[in-house]
Amino acid sequence: MSIGTLYDKVWDLHRVTDLPGGSTQLFVGLHLIHEVTSPQAFAALEEKNLTVRCQERTIATVDHIVPTISQKRPFSDPLAEEMLATLEKNCKKHKITLHGIGSGNQGVVHVMAPELGLTQPGMTVACGDSHTSTHGAFGAIAFGIGTSQVRDVLASQSIAMNKLKVRRLWFDGQLNKGVYAKDLILHAIRKLGVKGGVGFAYEFSGPAIHALSMEERMTICNMAIEGGARCGYINPDETTFSYLKGKPNAPDEKEWGKAIKWWESLCTDKNAKFDDEVLFDASQITPTVTWGITPGQGLSINESIPFPESLQESDRPIAKEAYSYMQLQPGTPIQGVEIDVCFIGSCTNGRLSDLQAAAQIAKGRKVAKGIKAFVVPGSEQVAKAAKDEGLDNIFVEAGFEWREPGCSMCLAMNPDKLEGRQISASSSNRNFKGRQGSSSGRTLLMSPAMVAAAAINGKVTDVRKIINENQL
Amino acid sequence: MKTNFPNGKISKVTGKCIVLKGDDIDTDRIIPARFLKCVNFNSLGEQVFADDRIELTGNHPFDKNHNQGASILIVNDNFGCGSSREHAPQALMRWGIRGIIGQSFAEIFYGNCLALGIPCAIAPSSKIKTIQASVESNNKMNWILDLQQKTIQSPKESWSISIEKGPLEMLLSGKWDATSQLIAQEKKLTEVMYKLPYIKNFK
Repeated sequence: MSIGTLYDKVWDLHRVTDLPGGSTQLFVGLHLIHEVTSPQAFAALEEKNLTVRCQERTIATVDHIVPTISQKRPFSDPLAEEMLATLEKNCKKHKITLHGIGSGNQGVVHVMAPELGLTQPGMTVACGDSHTSTHGAFGAIAFGIGTSQVRDVLASQSIAMNKLKVRRLWFDGQLNKGVYAKDLILHAIRKLGVKGGVGFAYEFSGPAIHALSMEERMTICNMAIEGGARCGYINPDETTFSYLKGKPNAPDEKEWGKAIKWWESLCTDKNAKFDDEVLFDASQITPTVTWGITPGQGLSINESIPFPESLQESDRPIAKEAYSYMQLQPGTPIQGVEIDVCFIGSCTNGRLSDLQAAAQIAKGRKVAKGIKAFVVPGSEQVAKAAKDEGLDNIFVEAGFEWREPGCSMCLAMNPDKLEGRQISASSSNRNFKGRQGSSSGRTLLMSPAMVAAAAINGKVTDVRKIINENQL
Repeated sequence: MKTNFPNGKISKVTGKCIVLKGDDIDTDRIIPARFLKCVNFNSLGEQVFADDRIELTGNHPFDKNHNQGASILIVNDNFGCGSSREHAPQALMRWGIRGIIGQSFAEIFYGNCLALGIPCAIAPSSKIKTIQASVESNNKMNWILDLQQKTIQSPKESWSISIEKGPLEMLLSGKWDATSQLIAQEKKLTEVMYKLPYIKNFK
């Protein structure tokens, strides 16, 4: 059993009571809602004649279904329009703040909340979306929930949960040039497996982690769930505090010292006990790309699709399924695999620094002939900041489409979809069968800079080569 | 499609078993994202495993005649990984599934099932494979998933399964719907809330 970790401390501070079934009732400090998993929860709330317990701790935005070309209302898809209209109606009725389209703050829920300073260290954060783990980057305990639980949190501002074990993933050294936070997390998932984290919270620490910016930390915690861990977190430090300072919902100047003191008190103790610890050397991580149908099927850019004999026996059936679905044969180098579509965006990699990294690769180059490439900023704030720097022009001149903010082709609930057997280079988080909108569509996950490099060459490319050219 | 959804105390699930083989079957496969465009769950039953079923053109377990009306789903490892969508267990429930047995389940999926009154029981890999083989060798047989006895049994055979203590008690006592328990703790909740300095933004 873990003792003295941030997870233990935050858990204890939010514990309301032990429930008859053995689970714990946990207070939820911030409840984020969106159009996909909330309508049925509001309906169930009304069926039970209940109201929203803490309107001021419930914040809404719209992200999953929004089109990225024209966001004019009503949407051309009547189902999407109905979902947003339902969210608007529910928020109005229950007096919940909705950061809607055109508000200046709309965006992917896990991009929007940190930008507004809503996510803070030591909070419990819940949202009906598995990538809620993102908010752990601030030292919050943040987890995805289902619709019945959204109803419970609306009704009681709390949730029934079982305490997780804590595994520390310690990253020594530093990431090399051309290797990004996305590579680090894809590498970790490859090593520990997609179910390695089931039953655990992941604490990411070590010099390589604390050298990262908040946006990079969000990329890492975002994909804790892809490793099976329901939440991932990073102890707050100076980087966290300076990111938060001055954000609209952050503590005021007058209370700032008090806030920092409390946040620091929650950090994992030096002599804390973990249920498990794993050591990585960040300097050994290389650009990483998935080749298969689970995020654990990753390869270093210099490797080839594995032969079944080289895999553990338990990994062979899904590898065989992946060879056939992906139409990639064992022994094929991942570098050079031709692609059709390039997608830069999502709650994993749709923030300003992601677009900057991709723009550095795209600048002065052209998207290869026949490749459809598009950039979807994670939020209206990201879009504005990127335009202020002229990133939109860099992308457009290179032949990328510049779109409006939303979840877009990460899960393709809007019109952005793969067609037929198209294969995408994608900065998103999941490469499951059919994930990007075509039941036979294929996805290669990689960092935004690697996606840009793939767009330029029309095939999977080692972004470090382009970075080296840039320096000549 | 069945419409009598779980209600009250749940101690047994009876009916035919359906076998779905494979590790890491994710919720995007159980219900592809395009079907999440809905403001209620009503039509999800027909759409369960939509893309896998298209791919297998009638040969998917959920399309086979002998599996129609089945109540107990037998899966392998890490079932329900990926997205938190409750649409996944909703789709299974609306198709007719009332209990699931597997080697392991992804956590959010497991919690979503519990919130709907669908027990998820576990057994080691080798036992799961034996149960799957037994079901497939006689696909008309009726089975009982007995939560009290912790067994899955047919008139001919019986295997022990395990189910976590907390969820088991919740299902047996009928208290698997957490809402009423959570709102009952209003006083304690208010105490905890106002002790947290961020509630008033450290003022």
